[in-house]
Amino acid sequence: MNILNLIRIAFKALQRNKLRAFLTMLGIIIGVAAVIAMVAIGQGSKQSIHDQLSSMGSNMITVLPSSNLTGGVRIAGSSFQTLTEKDIVALKREAQYITEISPSLTAKGQAINGALNWPTSMQGVSPDYLDIRMLTLKDGIAFTQQDVLTSAKVCLIGQTVIDNLFPNGENPIGKVIRFNKIPFQVIGILNPKGQNAFGQDQDDILIAPYTTIQKRILATIYYQNIYASAASEAVTDAATAEMTSILRTSHRLRDNEDNDFTVRTQAELINTLSSTSGLLTVLLTVIAGISLVIGGIGIMNIMYVSVTERTREIGLRMAIGARGKDIMLQFLMEAILISITGGIIGVILGIVSSNVVTLTLSWPTIVSESSVVLSFIVCAVTGIFFGYYPAQKASRLDPIEALRYE
Amino acid sequence: MSKTILEIRELKREFQMGSEIVRALKGISFTVQAGEFVTIMGSSGSGKTTLLNILGCLDKPSIGDYLLDGVDIKKLSRDELAQLRNHKIGFVFQAYNLLPRTSALENVELPLLYNKDISVSERRERAIHALEAVKLADRFDHTPSQLSGGQQQRVAIARALVNEPVMILADEATGNLDSRTSYEIMSLMQDLNQQQGKTIVFVTHEPDIASFSSRTIQLRDGKIQKDTQNKEPRSAKEVLASLPVTEDY
Repeated sequence: MNILNLIRIAFKALQRNKLRAFLTMLGIIIGVAAVIAMVAIGQGSKQSIHDQLSSMGSNMITVLPSSNLTGGVRIAGSSFQTLTEKDIVALKREAQYITEISPSLTAKGQAINGALNWPTSMQGVSPDYLDIRMLTLKDGIAFTQQDVLTSAKVCLIGQTVIDNLFPNGENPIGKVIRFNKIPFQVIGILNPKGQNAFGQDQDDILIAPYTTIQKRILATIYYQNIYASAASEAVTDAATAEMTSILRTSHRLRDNEDNDFTVRTQAELINTLSSTSGLLTVLLTVIAGISLVIGGIGIMNIMYVSVTERTREIGLRMAIGARGKDIMLQFLMEAILISITGGIIGVILGIVSSNVVTLTLSWPTIVSESSVVLSFIVCAVTGIFFGYYPAQKASRLDPIEALRYE
Repeated sequence: MSKTILEIRELKREFQMGSEIVRALKGISFTVQAGEFVTIMGSSGSGKTTLLNILGCLDKPSIGDYLLDGVDIKKLSRDELAQLRNHKIGFVFQAYNLLPRTSALENVELPLLYNKDISVSERRERAIHALEAVKLADRFDHTPSQLSGGQQQRVAIARALVNEPVMILADEATGNLDSRTSYEIMSLMQDLNQQQGKTIVFVTHEPDIASFSSRTIQLRDGKIQKDTQNKEPRSAKEVLASLPVTEDY
């Protein structure tokens, strides 16, 4: 018997009892739809967790001057001066895994607005820095490369500084404040970031072009550190290795010499990220498995009932020439048709319900192709697995007894 | 000389029932030629059903030979027997055994679905032809529940004809029908036998029905009691015509 006849026979048999076929399918439909919707919701929340973690700068790389042995004395890294313009130029020219880079140096001092003053620090950076640290402006504009070149006396202001220098709610933009006696024009307001993990207030800051700090305040050619962002978290390690080698060349270190700098990544954040997504995947796979097994048991149950109920039909088919194999394949095909049709409807329902969840609850959902393909394959396998035993039972009936079955 | 369709030699069939051996058939021999209309009669327990199962290749004899159209069924496997049934035998059952909620045409097509040599169009064509042969040309799309008992049995006969078997095997085919419808069915059987030369083996316990056949084999206690040629079988058509017309009320 060819496969087309087989499908036709199975299809007609299912057609004769549409309601039951549908109810059997329902287990699979709900199973598959649940899996797809679950995975979509899971992926969506994973993505949003991912985005949140990224906003902390999970792909940020920091280069610090490191302590080094100088004549037998270890000197603290912060006072050691190794990072210069030359390093930035080399990194910008050669590094492939880095998208943005900014030098950084910080000056402590007193910020003054008229009669009010506040002790704070001013960080000198390049325009890239805002992207690297995921800083955004509430108002105003950021300084540009042009400001860096001219060592412009402009700054961005953090919320804590505003609260202390502009307590009456005036708009600081365009105002001139003084920092260590040097006047700076406020051109932008940073969105508040709150405290960092160590309880430091990240909003107690002024940000200015690094050249301004170098030339007008600290009078130095060195940087205190370099911030960079890797193209993605995945290439952070590669970027670290690459930066290390570029900086070693730039610092003309011999092979036997230790690094005079340290490259650090946000490894902790990255680990959190991957363990979160790993846990979600395991959880959803388990749920998927359970729901499909339940659907499969439903199929098996109905197929057994169906075999018993259709004993005479099986006897007749055998009498008119169906071999045991034909009967077996027919019932197997019925089970597969049920599970695959259920699978298709389930996939559609799952996608629709994910979208409904997004629309009504505004939860982010992402329907992943792999979950669709996987649940579909599991469906077909379920159909074969749970359809096999009833089909085998049918194929082993004795035609004489089956024909006389009441 | 006509061809021998069916040949049985010293056929015995025994069943093991617990510790007892039941001898259902105790040595039967007969042959059926092409074009014969044979009825097999016998009371219950006479071995009628056992013989029918063997004739229909649903069962094998314990001892003895059975040759259907020259094929010795003893040597065949279960699957080969199924194929033999598909090609050479047309079954008509007492309870019709039509698939429910399935159109007459699809019911008739059923045996051909298990024959991989037949194309979709040929299958449809032959099913239509078979239904026309049993005068149900206007009932193609009716499901069994929309047909009367006699019509259902005619669909079943069409199903038995569709694979062009060498023999039609009917098991109490009129057992569920009233006498008028029974005569209609017998009339159809006679037509198939006389006009199309179909070989028919008809199992029944009604002597009335047996009188329409050309030969009657009487079974008793697993043996042939009588094997009589019926020189002048009654014509079912004439009997039908002689019935009072106003029987329906």
